[in-house]
Amino acid sequence: MEFQDGLSPVTDSEEEILVPADDVREHLVVVGNGMAGCRAVEELLARDAGRYRVTIFGAEPHVNYNRIMLSPVLAGEKTFDDIIINDRAWYDDNGITLITSDPVSAIDRTHKSVTSQSGRTIGYDKLLIATGSDPFIIPVPGKDLPGVISFRDMKDVDSMLAAAEAGKAVGGGEAVVIGGGLLGLEAAHGLTLRGMKVTVLHIMPTLMERQLDEAAAWLLKSALEGRGQTILTGADTAEVYGQGKVEGVRLKDGTQIPASLVVMAVGIRPSVALAREAGLDVGRGIKVDDHMVTSDADILAVGECVEHDGNVYGLVAPLWDMCRSLADGLTDRHTGYKGSVTSTKLKVAGLDVFSAGDFSGGEGCEDIVLRDASRGVYKRVVVKDDRVVGAVLYGDTADGGWYFDLLKRGENVADIRDLLIFGQAFASGGGAMDPKAAVAALSDDAEICGCNGVSKGQVVACIEKGACSLDAVRAGCKASASCGSCTGLVENILALTLGDDVQSGPRTMCKCTSFGHDDVRREIVAQDMRSIPEVMQKLHWSTPDGCSSCRPALNYYLLCALPGVYVDDQQSRFVNERMHANIQKDGTYSVVPRMWGGLTNPRELRAIADVVEKYDAPMVKVTGGQRLDIFGIKKEDLPAVWADLNAAGMVSGHAYGKSLRTVKTCVGSEWCRFGTQDSTGLGVKTERMTWGSWMPHKFKIAVSGCPRNCAEATIKDFGIVCVDSGYELHVGGNGGIHVRVTDLLCKVSTEQEALDYCAAFTQLYREEARYLERTAPWIERVGVDYVKQRIVEDDTGREALRARFLFSQQFMQDDPWAERAAGANSDLHQHLDPISIAAE
Amino acid sequence: MTDWIDIGTLADIPQRGARTVQIGGEKEIAVFRTGDDQIFALVNECPHKKGPLSQGIVHGHSVACPLHNWNIALKTGEAQGEDKGCTPTIAVKQEDGRILIARPVATKAAA
Repeated sequence: MEFQDGLSPVTDSEEEILVPADDVREHLVVVGNGMAGCRAVEELLARDAGRYRVTIFGAEPHVNYNRIMLSPVLAGEKTFDDIIINDRAWYDDNGITLITSDPVSAIDRTHKSVTSQSGRTIGYDKLLIATGSDPFIIPVPGKDLPGVISFRDMKDVDSMLAAAEAGKAVGGGEAVVIGGGLLGLEAAHGLTLRGMKVTVLHIMPTLMERQLDEAAAWLLKSALEGRGQTILTGADTAEVYGQGKVEGVRLKDGTQIPASLVVMAVGIRPSVALAREAGLDVGRGIKVDDHMVTSDADILAVGECVEHDGNVYGLVAPLWDMCRSLADGLTDRHTGYKGSVTSTKLKVAGLDVFSAGDFSGGEGCEDIVLRDASRGVYKRVVVKDDRVVGAVLYGDTADGGWYFDLLKRGENVADIRDLLIFGQAFASGGGAMDPKAAVAALSDDAEICGCNGVSKGQVVACIEKGACSLDAVRAGCKASASCGSCTGLVENILALTLGDDVQSGPRTMCKCTSFGHDDVRREIVAQDMRSIPEVMQKLHWSTPDGCSSCRPALNYYLLCALPGVYVDDQQSRFVNERMHANIQKDGTYSVVPRMWGGLTNPRELRAIADVVEKYDAPMVKVTGGQRLDIFGIKKEDLPAVWADLNAAGMVSGHAYGKSLRTVKTCVGSEWCRFGTQDSTGLGVKTERMTWGSWMPHKFKIAVSGCPRNCAEATIKDFGIVCVDSGYELHVGGNGGIHVRVTDLLCKVSTEQEALDYCAAFTQLYREEARYLERTAPWIERVGVDYVKQRIVEDDTGREALRARFLFSQQFMQDDPWAERAAGANSDLHQHLDPISIAAE
Repeated sequence: MTDWIDIGTLADIPQRGARTVQIGGEKEIAVFRTGDDQIFALVNECPHKKGPLSQGIVHGHSVACPLHNWNIALKTGEAQGEDKGCTPTIAVKQEDGRILIARPVATKAAA
């Protein structure tokens, strides 16, 4: 597998990054295109977008991606594209110069400039060092052999994937992961999923000793062993051996473990070499003050490379806090960074692990422990002076956020101490708690999305700014946009913040737009838009060419708004409408010719019988709509089948379309002793009037000759029930999953009125229902009184609707089968022809 | 060594659409043309229920399967979103206005 985002270094020559003569803004140069560097820039842009001219140097060839999501990429759960945080457009849109594959190698503080590996020298007004950390490579013999890697960037993931691929040839391949911490276990999990036999070596007696206590670590170890990994604790590596490449690892006790890949994941060290050589004050990390300023007032530093107040952080949450303080400082709002309390939430192979704060115990600390062996759950909360100071959860981490919130706020828990271990639901008032109430109880700064560092307050602010769906929140503040484990929380915040508006509020058409169906239709008409690309352009679609939800909808809306003008976009049609037949699960099609009002004759039946034999159709079925369905036709044969059916006078039955399907009839007064009117004749007339019209969804009509209703007209979209004195008109019925009986629209006295009302009703539905909304839910939504008002009470309006329908029908009633049979769109039915074969 | 097979020109495939090609007795291949005129080739089977991907709606660099609307990435053949599965990809290139696809070794072995 290959991961490339097509980026060569953005600038090939120095000239391109010279300051434009009219740009007098201060120049901020960022060393490091990783999570900290880019987040700091994002925070800065959010505060004062135009204040600085920004140049970012990155050592990797990629745009900014979410490093903590490399594990799902390794595990095959995500692709590299999924974990990109900011794509090229973000850099371009914000006027940021990105220089990739070219790390900064020196800082000249006197002349205020940096020089890169390739020799570029660029001046700065403010310099931000965000070099992150380097993986620690244990100094054993063989550490430099090919096949020894770390787990830090996309290149490492590619190496692991290549090793797994190579391993497939020899029945799996063997890998050793040195380090049983968070990173090592994720690497081991991914490699296991990729088919390798994995041994984890951990020098300490228990896994993840910095995050887990002994009991939780033992549960984790047992579970991982159950998944086929070999876990050796207390394992001290003596050397990596091999001739020219890795062949295995030898421990100090003499044990040899063969392996073609060794992943060193024993820890990380702040990357400080650049800062140290520049003479900045460096301890374990680059020393910074509360505003992330180093010992040089014009040089700042942020992320894993810094040391603040004696602390160095290797987790993502503190990074977000630092970036906020940094951006505040750069825009003259000196809030200051006060250090971070960290928590870890980890999911390895479906195993949930959470820890926060100090769980080492000690004087004055009390442990509250819950074990549920059969569920595989272990919880331990450490309390000191009536305050939560630490928590370890294994197997059920739902309350992790709550404990962490109590811990950060230093809340007195004396009153709920007895119930504390059972979680927020019980401690807050007994019994199972409504998850919404649980979310409501969280404080505004409670972290919701750990991947992107988004607090509850930020999610609420995003919703209040207009995001009213999960997708909109993801786009607006990135909460739930990465691993998705907080999706439930975000949905609950949506429900809490918007109340009932989540359901009834303007639903967007799809992920590609923030507009709802009604908005889009209104704007198409108001702005006289004439094509799908025009709609997407004018309404700011977020995707290049929409998706399989919005394209068919837009195509229909334009078709409805511009009869005779709009050119149907075949590529925005669902397969059935593009192929004018119904795709079946084996990829063949079924073909239903129209039988007007359910009537047929010997000529039609002979033609159908001939087609069945000629094309070897395995099945013919009488449909519920009173016609015949021929199954098992290959796409290549469709035009010929249609030609044969056309020859007998038959046209497409549109059994495949969001369109008029059939008009079902009973035999009526011509034959039936109960019949009151000529229902068959009226059915044929109705079908002749309505066939071929495209609709928001499928549309079925029936005409019954008496109230016995043999044509089942009262579960159709439009139903006519004949009575002695005239015709009852019924609307909005549905026989599908949710059976709905029609509403009575009105009663009319003549056939012509029945036809006129039918045309008007159909057009109202065509113009006002949302795409893929049947008449039943549409009428439930707008109310039958509204429909009556438009069709029954407003004579002029009804007549106008009828006229628009009949006008539109002039352009709709061309048999699509005849066009295809005559050769139109033949490419849809034929294979490409491989014309030559050349070996190179 | 890769055998490259000439299957036609860009114009033979509708934009945001696909055509199929059958090479020898092997599985049918769907050749896609995206809105930005890139060409991708996949075995013409959704990893879900083997729906003919060539008949789906092509959007961005994905195709929505016509049977159950799974979205498949054209570059990798991987199902997107919550769905899991992968359709084999076939190497394809454009040269001098012609579309060339690699003789599908993988499907040959499977067939």
